[in-house]
Amino acid sequence: MTKLLEMKNLNVRFKGKRTVHAINDVSLSMDQGETLALLGESGSGKSVTLKTLLGLLPPKRSQIDGSIHVNGVDIMSLRGRALQRYRGGEVSMVFQEPALALDPVYTIGHQIAESVMRHKGVDKANAMSTALDMLDRVRIPSANRRLHNYPHELSGGMRQRVMIALALACRPRLLLADEPTTALDATVQIQILLLLRELQKEFGMGVIFVTHDIGVAVEISERVAVMYAGQIIEEGTTHEIIRDARHPYTQGLLAANLHDVARGERLSAIPGAPPALEARPDSCPFAPRCPVAMPECRADLPPMLAPGDRRRVACLRAAQPIAAE
Amino acid sequence: MSVTDTYQPTPDTGGPAQPLIRVTGLQKYFPVRGGILGRTQAKVQAVDGVSFEVKKGETLGIVGESGCGKSTTAKLLIGLVEKDKGEIVFDGHALGERLSLKELRRGVQMVFQDSYATLNPRLTILDSVAFGAKVQGLDNPEELARKMMDRVGLDPDRFAHRYPHELSGGQRQRVNIARALAMSPRLVVLDEAVSALDKSVEAQVLNLLNDLRAEFGLTYVFISHDLNVVRYISDRILVMYLGEVVEVAPVDSIWQEQAHPYTRSLFSAMPSMDPDNRTKEPPLAGDPPNPINPPSGCRFHTRCRFASAVCKEAVPKLAGLARNGDHMVACHLHDAQSGHPKAGQGVPE
Repeated sequence: MTKLLEMKNLNVRFKGKRTVHAINDVSLSMDQGETLALLGESGSGKSVTLKTLLGLLPPKRSQIDGSIHVNGVDIMSLRGRALQRYRGGEVSMVFQEPALALDPVYTIGHQIAESVMRHKGVDKANAMSTALDMLDRVRIPSANRRLHNYPHELSGGMRQRVMIALALACRPRLLLADEPTTALDATVQIQILLLLRELQKEFGMGVIFVTHDIGVAVEISERVAVMYAGQIIEEGTTHEIIRDARHPYTQGLLAANLHDVARGERLSAIPGAPPALEARPDSCPFAPRCPVAMPECRADLPPMLAPGDRRRVACLRAAQPIAAE
Repeated sequence: MSVTDTYQPTPDTGGPAQPLIRVTGLQKYFPVRGGILGRTQAKVQAVDGVSFEVKKGETLGIVGESGCGKSTTAKLLIGLVEKDKGEIVFDGHALGERLSLKELRRGVQMVFQDSYATLNPRLTILDSVAFGAKVQGLDNPEELARKMMDRVGLDPDRFAHRYPHELSGGQRQRVNIARALAMSPRLVVLDEAVSALDKSVEAQVLNLLNDLRAEFGLTYVFISHDLNVVRYISDRILVMYLGEVVEVAPVDSIWQEQAHPYTRSLFSAMPSMDPDNRTKEPPLAGDPPNPINPPSGCRFHTRCRFASAVCKEAVPKLAGLARNGDHMVACHLHDAQSGHPKAGQGVPE
């Protein structure tokens, strides 16, 4: 079976007054129907990775190298109509801020139907009934009435449900979710996460879920890839990442979650801040903040080690037994 | 001279037994205007009858969903929003009687969530930090500002003449903390002060807040939606729902037993952090109701699994639990006389 996603040596630079090396040599592969969480802090390249996948980066200012295949199709070569068919048809996206992503002057039914008409070539009536069905599937109460509402008439949680309905209306093979629950309250966030989990099972699509919150990643995904300074520094199943994190940065992130820290106890915070990425990293980008850095870490990029099947970690220390600390 | 010596808060007046700040029956309704005449058409009941006190040296955590009145309460505490009703007493002096707004702000300072929006983009970091001390007429504000910057981990020689846009989010939030502390306040209100920061930076700022509290004998009101953070930093937790206090309790007590059904739902909504034991069912359906027309009686009854007829009619009173009087809850289930069919039995499993 073809891989759902095969990304090889992706590099993204933004040019302008200063160059930003946003993505540095990222490779990623996904099987059909897999749920992957991209975990990282702001500026780590999570969102840029998603935007590259949809071809949403401004072409004049960004320089993209590497190859991306979705279901065997080279998406870097897509132009014009083919690109339009791919966006929203094959791959679609749910954004963080549904209030900004939805068009305020059209009803939500109209917006979903428009996408269905474009991609499936059906008439308006059929498209509207698909829209109604989608609103039902994302558990919007009295969907029939809501179909004719404008985005401002809905609450934040409802708007995010509409975004999900819109993204899934054309049955994409891959759903990209860019922090879709960050702007929501905790009680609504968990509703949306469980809804996405159900829909993923029902439709069998693959999901890439971008988040900065490890707890959210655990709730939604089977696999986790941790990003830092535009690189994937560790990847594994959610189980492996939570129970057996090998990279010091991942370990630091887990500790910073405060899940079971005693009150008032000093936190083992990662010092400093992520690098600015004005130059392409030529040594381990985490070394300046790393509690267990060695001279070798500052000399060269760390090798990508593979301690298990589809498990990888970019750290010299991961090669040694953990007792060394 | 160290920074601790330059820290000169207003003197303590009532001794350790007197709460540092006590609010009673605090109320704030925001008018919603509309129509061509701009008449008030409705009122957002942002904060309705909120009472609590914060002891000296204590940290009170306030949690709740968006729109529950957390931030309005914070703004009322430092007089950024004028209260409709209620009383604010700072160390025995009631605001508006023996205490002016300016005096209150000498004793109470605030750190906001958005570190960028709350700094004047045209002022250097040093000017921003020294600004409040200048307004209050403290001695040598710039010297004070430099010392405070140094204390929060920003080298004054490197950062004093920079502008807010040249700093990272974590550094800007340190500036905001330095600015608040330059006034030598006794109470600092932290409104989602670490929420916008990345996790690794958040831990650094939390460590800093803990150190500063010990060093300057500070009292915090810490507002956040992140329960783990609130548990870590607070001594007591106050839970708000639609402008009202539904539960106040010491951290350990509330972590052990959430006495209000809303608090319980809020706690179960936290991601599990256990891949083998993920959340199976959302604890609450739907969004919080609109605070313009909050439900009658207990405001939570529309989303509560245990609601009965009495919950729609009568407003539950905040009262101590039988097993622990410090653990206060406003729920008919805990009041034996409320008339709820399961009254006095506590929240069922």
